Amino acid sequence: MAAALINVQKTVRKGEIIEIKTLMAHPMETGFRTGLGGQLIPRDIIHRFVCTFEGVEIFAADLFPAISANPFIAFTFMPQQSGTLTFRWFDDKGGAQVETARIEMV
Amino acid sequence: MKRLAVLIACLSGPVCAQDSKSVSFDKRSTFDLMKPETQAMQRDDASNPAMLWVQEGRALWQAKAGSTDKACQDCHGDVASMKGVATRYPAYSAAQQKVVTLGQQIQFCRAQEQKAEPWTAEARPVLALSALVGLQSRGLPLAKTGPAEARAVAEGRALFTERRGQMNLSCAQCHDDHAGQSLGGAIIPQGHPTGYPIYRLEWQDLGSLERRLRNCLNGVRSEPWPSGSSENVAVQTYLRERAAGLPIETPAIRP
Ligand code: HEC
Ligand code: HEC
Repeated sequence: MAAALINVQKTVRKGEIIEIKTLMAHPMETGFRTGLGGQLIPRDIIHRFVCTFEGVEIFAADLFPAISANPFIAFTFMPQQSGTLTFRWFDDKGGAQVETARIEMV
Repeated sequence: MKRLAVLIACLSGPVCAQDSKSVSFDKRSTFDLMKPETQAMQRDDASNPAMLWVQEGRALWQAKAGSTDKACQDCHGDVASMKGVATRYPAYSAAQQKVVTLGQQIQFCRAQEQKAEPWTAEARPVLALSALVGLQSRGLPLAKTGPAEARAVAEGRALFTERRGQMNLSCAQCHDDHAGQSLGGAIIPQGHPTGYPIYRLEWQDLGSLERRLRNCLNGVRSEPWPSGSSENVAVQTYLRERAAGLPIETPAIRP
């Protein structure tokens, strides 16, 4: 896995709902396509995405082969305090890409 | 359905054989033909997957490479210095004594200025840096070509209007004469190079203008021009001239 882009505001007011947008560079190879020699290209997809805030899971998703390359995942959240968001993408090769983002309550 | 049948008959038959004149329509980007969802994806950098390449480009811009141990940044400064550059490519390069695309200029700097292992035309780093450099000109109008590019423009115009492939169609027959009409599931756009490199949903990938042209040439069953060939650069130079005035959208989304 290569690179991720996280888009989230840095500061938040109490009671505010924020939108978190993520993009992950990944081929999302379905396992159904054949290569030049006619043999199947092995499946390699991100099968799970998890976001935690200060260690508590706030959003998770299972992903399947029909999801396009470079998956875009967006969701909303209402933080109660300042803290760190941790994003994890797990792929079939056993890799996990981890990114973090800090939000300050003002 | 009837319109489509007429269009196909017209495109492939000898009835519309008169060749197209120069473009005289209002220039419009393919953006205007896209679904609102696809337009929204392009408008919002946070949902445009091409931004993943832009981010990679930023890292490459700062990475020292080659026997000179120099980064792009060491010679060019902050990438913001590239503002406006993409509006005038393909351009004549005095150092290379020919008209080159932005990608070829980047390849040239990599091999000759950094003295690093060369990149091939559509290698990921070339696309990433092209997207980054192109982004610096987003919103600026494509510039008209100058005298140094005149020969390439003329060669490109001739290629654009020449019938080719098993279908015996010219680019102009689709993009000048039938722009706005439908072909299969797609509406034929005017065919402007304003968004390259583009993230094409069909490819699920970032791709160059050359790759887009290969798609069109394959579509008419014509052998694509070799990568970096003078034909390829000439057509791209003509496309630049033809689109002059339209704003750069790099990195655009296309269906
Ligand atoms: C050793 C210095 C040096 C390095 C390193 C270098 N360049 Fe250049 N670059 C030049 C010079 C000199 C020119 C203008 C002359 C020419 O055409 O080569 C130029 C021209 C360019 C142009 C065209 C600018 C214009 O106004 O038309 C682009 C784009 C460019 N470089 C991109 C890059 C990128 C991307 C990298 C890193 C991969 C890079 N350069 C690395 C020296 C450098
Ligand atoms: C049979 C009709 C046809 C011919 C001939 C054809 N194209 Fe296209 N072209 C299309 C269609 C349709 C699209 C849009 C593709 C889509 O949306 O799936 C397109 C897209 C393009 C685009 C992309 C525009 C954008 O906004 O990204 C360019 C540039 C282009 N064509 C240039 C050319 C050139 C140059 C030639 C001649 C070598 C050519 N086309 C020949 C039908 C054609």
